[in-house]
This record gives sequence, structure tokens and C-alpha cells, in this order.
Amino acid sequence: MSATLTTRQLLWQPVFANNPVAMQVLGVCSALAVSNSMQTALVMTLAVTFVVVCSNLFISLIRHLIPNSVRIIAQMTIIASLVIVVDMVLQDLAPELSKQLSVFVGLIITNCIVMGRAEAFAMKEPPHLAVLDALGNSAGYGFILLSVAFVRELLSAGTLFGKQLLQTVADGGWYLPNEMFKLPPSAFFLIGVIIWLINIARNRQR
Amino acid sequence: MEHYLNLFIQATFIDNMALSFFLGMCTFLAVSKKVSTAFGLGIAVIVVMVLAVPLNQLIYSYVLKPGALAWAGLPNLDLSYLQLITFIGVIAALVQILEMVLDRYVPVLYQTLGIFLPLLTVNCAIFAGVIFMANRDYNFGESIVFGVGAGSGWALAIVLLAGIRERLKFNAIPKNLQGIGITFITTGLMALGFMAFAGITL
Repeated sequence: MSATLTTRQLLWQPVFANNPVAMQVLGVCSALAVSNSMQTALVMTLAVTFVVVCSNLFISLIRHLIPNSVRIIAQMTIIASLVIVVDMVLQDLAPELSKQLSVFVGLIITNCIVMGRAEAFAMKEPPHLAVLDALGNSAGYGFILLSVAFVRELLSAGTLFGKQLLQTVADGGWYLPNEMFKLPPSAFFLIGVIIWLINIARNRQR
Repeated sequence: MEHYLNLFIQATFIDNMALSFFLGMCTFLAVSKKVSTAFGLGIAVIVVMVLAVPLNQLIYSYVLKPGALAWAGLPNLDLSYLQLITFIGVIAALVQILEMVLDRYVPVLYQTLGIFLPLLTVNCAIFAGVIFMANRDYNFGESIVFGVGAGSGWALAIVLLAGIRERLKFNAIPKNLQGIGITFITTGLMALGFMAFAGITL
């Protein structure tokens, strides 16, 4: 198998066919909770991307030095330090957003995608592949998060990134906001539907 | 007493960890195929939660909180930036110790709970329980009640979901929606149901 093909596979497979959220059910907690607006979803995606890429890189660099028996603690320490950095940067740059995301930034530590990639990929593969794998997986995570947030924000308030697209009735327009999409359970329905669509697409290819 | 009862109800039903904060979803969706396993995992979560939240509360209020080291003569020290890494370290160590103790002294319990314990280190429900405790500044008594309540709420939710999923097997579900897809939608409906608890105060 040529190197270019594996690179492309590494990047693209996790986005649709092997999506971490929809197909492997990893990292679902934050995907559901912060997907009520595009802004929070985007910030969360960036934060997760940063943490996964760095943790995969560092863990892969020192993978030969980590004794097998304490590898979980070692991975956890690296990930937790990275998350603390993200948390502090967010609190300084965007205190408002950091309040909206509340505990979910801290919860990146226990996000199964980060641990899963470290354990399943970074411990075995060289650094450059680990970074690609991390990018692919966070793209898959971001894809689900942003598409759920797109539907939820558009239908619940008629806005995208806080910009009014559909004039709501309250403002003298025509659009009656669907309050259900403001409620967290709607994220479950949307992810269920996304899984359904991905499965249909996959079975058709076969 | 009333305050504690209220806190318990709040943590179990209204702020249900699984269904209104969506925490611990990875394990929630992965280990809810059978009622018996779901029950075992639920008990394990309660046990770890009851131990982890009060333990971290002590560490938080005597070491990490701004000015908490006043008893050691260091009233200006603020170690709260070490919160996340300390909490996760304490949880990981606690789970490990619990596993060893159970293995040594209560092998029967180890056989039922043992397989779930390693999973719980990375279960966000437990970690979030600890962070909530720190954010809301619970005292020691409150943290115990909160631990019991949040743990039992999560256990209740996973056992209920497992019960539904056992029945789902006999239904005609569209082929592409089978498995995890329908589970998501079921959980969404359950979460809608749990929203009915909102606003209950004793």
C-alpha cells in the first residue's frame, strides 16, 4: 500500500466511515452538551483538536519511554496538562465563552476520543502518523458537532453564529422558532438521524 | 435535613448526570445492552462516586482552594489551577486501590464489579461530579449526599435504558437505524421524559 493512500485514509476515514462520535460512540458527552450554538461548538472543536493533536504528538514521541504498567497515568498527565493550558487560555481570552462551556472544557480530559487515540494509535505509531490520525479524528468530531449545532441554532433561534438569518415572529418576521431544539434532548435525535444517514450511505456503496 | 433531601432529589432526578447533562455517555451507550450488566455498572458508579466526591472535597477545601493552605501558614497561595490534574489523579488512584482491595478481600464482589472499575477512571460522570462539587462549593456533608444522589441518578438511567433496549430487540426497526442509531433516539426520548422532573422542590 502506498504511503499517500494511507495518509489519505488516516485523514478521511474518521470523518465519515469511521466517525468517532457516530460510529464508535466516543466523546459523545460534550458533543451533546455544547452543540446548542455554532460558536460554542466551534470553540469546543478547536480546543479538542489542539488537545488531541498535541497529546498524540507527545505520547507518540515518548512512546518507547513509557513503561506499559503506568501508561494510563502517563497519558492522563499529558492530557490533563494540555487541558489546563486550554482552560486558562480560554478564561483569559474569552471569559464569556469559557463560562458558557463551563465544565465541558475540563471534561476534555475524560473525552474518550483523546484517551482512545492515545491508547489505540499514538502508543504504537510514529509521531507524524499520530498527528495525522489526530487531525482526522478531530475533524470527524468537529463534523458532527458543527452539523448538530447548525441545525439546532438555526431552528431554535433562526441565527447562525449569533447572526439573524430567519426573521423571528417576535421581531416582526415570519419564522416561529422551534423551542425543542434549544433543549438538549434534540441533540440525541439529530445524532441518531446522522448515524442513520451515514449507515444508508455506507450500505449503498457496498 | 430538608436541605440534604432536596439536594439528593436535585442530583438524582432534576440534574440527572446522564439525561440532563449527558455525562458518562460513552459507557452509558456501550454497556446498556443487558439489564444485569447495566445494574453492575450502575452500582460501581455509585460506589466510586460516593468515595471520589467527598475525598476530592477534602483535598479541594484544605489544599487547592484559594487561601486553603492557611492552616499551613500560607494564606496567599492559590493552587486552584491544579484542580483538574489533581482530581483526575485522585480518581485514577482511588479506582486502582478499590480494585485491589476488592480483589483481595471481597473476591465475589470483584468478579461482578471488577471489569467495570477500569472503565470508570475515564467516565466523565464521575469527573464531572467532582468538578461540580468544586464549582458549587459544597461542604463535606453536602458532597456525600451529592455523590450518592448523582451516582444513583446515573445508575437509574442506565438500568432504565438497558430495560428498554432489551425490549427493542423484538421490534421492527429500519435496518440502517438498528444498533446505536435507535439507542440515541431512545435516550433522547428518555431525556425528554426526565425533563418533567424539572422544577420539583421539596
